[in-house]
Amino acid sequence: MVDPITVNTNAGETLLRFRDDVVHDEPAVTLDAFLGQTNATAVRLEAGDDARELLEHLGQIALVEISFPTFRDGRGYSAARILREAGFEGELRAAGDVLVDQIPHMRRCGFDSFAPEKPVDAATLTKLLALYPQPYQKAADARVPVWKLRHG
Amino acid sequence: MYRYDEYDQSIVDARVEEFRDQVERRLSGALTEDQFKPLRLMNGLYLQLHAYMLRVAVPYGTLDSRQMRMLGHIARKYDRGYGHFTTRQNIQYNWIKLADAPDILAELATVQMHAIQTSGNCIRNISSDQFAGAAADEVADPRPWAELLRQWSTFHPEFTYLPRKFKIAVIAADEDRAAMRLHDIGIQLLTRDGVLGAKIFVGGGMGRTPMIAHEVKDFITADHLMSYLEACLRVYNRYGRRDNIYKARIKILLHEIGVDAYREQVEAEFAAIRDLGIDPPLAELERITAMFTGPDFASDAPDTVDRADPDFAVWLDQNVAAHKQPGHAIVTISLKPIGGIPGDASADQIDLVADLAERYGHDELRVTHAQNIVLPHVRKADLYVIWTALRDAGLAEANLDLISDIIACPGLDYCSLANARSIPLAQKIGERFAGRQRELGELKLKISGCINACGHHHAGHIGILGVDKKGTENYQLLLGGSGAEDVSLGKITGPGFDEDGVVDAIERVTDRYVALREADERFLDTYRRVGMQPFKEAIYG
Repeated sequence: MVDPITVNTNAGETLLRFRDDVVHDEPAVTLDAFLGQTNATAVRLEAGDDARELLEHLGQIALVEISFPTFRDGRGYSAARILREAGFEGELRAAGDVLVDQIPHMRRCGFDSFAPEKPVDAATLTKLLALYPQPYQKAADARVPVWKLRHG
Repeated sequence: MYRYDEYDQSIVDARVEEFRDQVERRLSGALTEDQFKPLRLMNGLYLQLHAYMLRVAVPYGTLDSRQMRMLGHIARKYDRGYGHFTTRQNIQYNWIKLADAPDILAELATVQMHAIQTSGNCIRNISSDQFAGAAADEVADPRPWAELLRQWSTFHPEFTYLPRKFKIAVIAADEDRAAMRLHDIGIQLLTRDGVLGAKIFVGGGMGRTPMIAHEVKDFITADHLMSYLEACLRVYNRYGRRDNIYKARIKILLHEIGVDAYREQVEAEFAAIRDLGIDPPLAELERITAMFTGPDFASDAPDTVDRADPDFAVWLDQNVAAHKQPGHAIVTISLKPIGGIPGDASADQIDLVADLAERYGHDELRVTHAQNIVLPHVRKADLYVIWTALRDAGLAEANLDLISDIIACPGLDYCSLANARSIPLAQKIGERFAGRQRELGELKLKISGCINACGHHHAGHIGILGVDKKGTENYQLLLGGSGAEDVSLGKITGPGFDEDGVVDAIERVTDRYVALREADERFLDTYRRVGMQPFKEAIYG
C-alpha cells in the first residue's frame, strides 16, 4: 500500500495505516505483562525492551506497538526489523515522537502503522514516500535494492 | 574511479529535492529548529558561531578534476572564496546561507557529489587510504569495498538514528595511512588462502575518551560483509548508551560490556541475519572493482628525476612517495604553508590542483585525513613542472609529516563547541619551527580546540588540547600518540600553558629529543624508548 488510510480509534488516537484489515482493538499490554499471561494479542514495547523476547509467541500476536519516546531514539527501528525478519505479519505500529520525515525509513524497517503524537501533514508524507525511486539496501519491505536491479 | 549509473544519480537527485523541501518547511516555520536540526545535520549542514557550515562528502577521499573544480566554484559563488579540507577527507564551507544550501547540493549532484551523512548520528562518509590504487604495499585497492559500503550506508533505514555518529575506514596495507584503528569500525583487507577478505576492528575513536579499536572478526569475505556489519551496527543501535551523549559512541559499549561479550552478541545477530539476502552478490563488488582498475600507465616512463634545483630536491624528498608503477610517483600537495590555516585552500588553488590532475595526473585527486591533497598517479618526468606550478601558487611547502604539517580543527575561530583557538596556534608553531623542521624529522603534531578531539590530538606524536581555564584559553600538551599502524594514545605532560607557553614547551621537548635521539630515531621512537620523564623535566624543569 502506497498511501496510508487514516483511522480514528476508540481510544481517540489518529492512526496512519498501511494495511487494510480491521484495526485491532485490544489494548496493548507491556512486555512484562505479556510474558506473564497467555492470552494477550497486543503488546507494547518500550524503546529499551528486547523484541526477541516476543519471537516464540509471534503466532498469537496481532499488534506490536513500539514506543518512540523521542524521535532521536532509534532503537525501535531495530526492534521492528527483528520482528519482521522472524516472520511477524501482524500490525507493527510506531507510536510517540514520530516525525513525518522518519516515516519512509520506518516503512522500510517494517512498520505499517503509525500513531504520531503530533499530527503529520498528509501531503508531505505522500511526497516523501514517493521521493526515492529505489533504495540501496534490502530491508524489511518489498522494495528492490539497486544491486538487485543491476544484477537481477 | 567510480562513476554513477542512473540509479546512483536518481538517489542523489532525490536527496536534493528532499532537502529543498525540508529547507522550505523550515523557512516557512512548519519545522521547528529542533526538528530541522537532525535533518539538516544528516546533510552536513551545521550552525556554527557566525554562519551555517556545509560539509561536502568526498567518498574515500577520491575525486576527479571536474569534481575538484566544482568545489572551487562553490567556494567562489557561495562562500568567501575558500574551502577547508577536513580530517574525514571531506571539505567544508564556513560561510553558507541556509537558503543557498539546496542550490549548492543541486550543483554538486551535477558532478556526482553530495553532502549525504556528513554529520548526524548515522554512518558517516567512508574514509580510506589516500594512496589507494597507487601504493606498492596494498593487497588490493580498498576503494571498491569503500564504495560498496557507501551505497549500503546511504539512507540505511535502520541506522539513521544511532546513539551517536559512526565512522568507518577501510585500508588494504599494513602501513595505516587512514588512522583505521581510531574509527568506530576499521576494516583491513587481506588475503587468506588466496581469497580477499576483511579483518574487522570495532570500538576505536578519539573524542573525550580515546580508545583503540579491538579486533572483533579475524576474517570475513565480501559475500557476507554487509550482513556482518549490520550485525555490528544492530548490537550498537540496540545497546549503545543513549542517556549521556559523551558515553554514546560504540567504543563505550565495548568498554563497558567487554570485547568478548560484544563479539558474542554480534555473532548471534549475524547468525540470525546472514542468510536473509542482505548481502549484494559478488557481481556487484566486481562491477565496482572494474571501475577502479586504474589508469594505463606508460611502461616506458623514465625512472630518474633531475635534482639540479635544490628547492625542488627538498620537496621531492619530502612530499613525493614511491608509486607501484616504475617511472611514476605519488605527490602530496601540502595545505600547510608556514603561517597559513591548515587544510584551507582558495578557489584558485583548488582550480590549479584540478588542472594539474587533469594534465599530469590521470585526472585523479585525493584528500588525506591529514588535510592535504594528493596527486596519486604522476610521471616522474612531470614532477618538476608540477612543482613549479605548485610553488607559484603557494602550494609547494616541503613539509609532509614534519612538525609544521599540522592537523588542526577549526577551533574557536569558527566552532561553537571549541574552548580555544587552534588556527593561530598552528600558525605560531609553523613559524617557530620552519627553519629546523627538517632536522627534527617526522613529527606529527595535532591540535584540537576542545575535548571532542576533531584535531586528533590523542594521535599526535605531539598533541595539543585547548581547554577553558577560568575563562582563558589554555593548552595541554600530549606526547606519544600515533594514528598509524603503530597506533597509540598520547599522554598529557602535566599542567597546561598559554598560547606562547605551549610553543615554548614544544621547543623544549624537541630540543630534548635532539639531545637524546639515537641514529635516525623519529621523535616518537625516542619517546617510546626513554618515556615521558626526560621530556617532563625539560618542560617543567
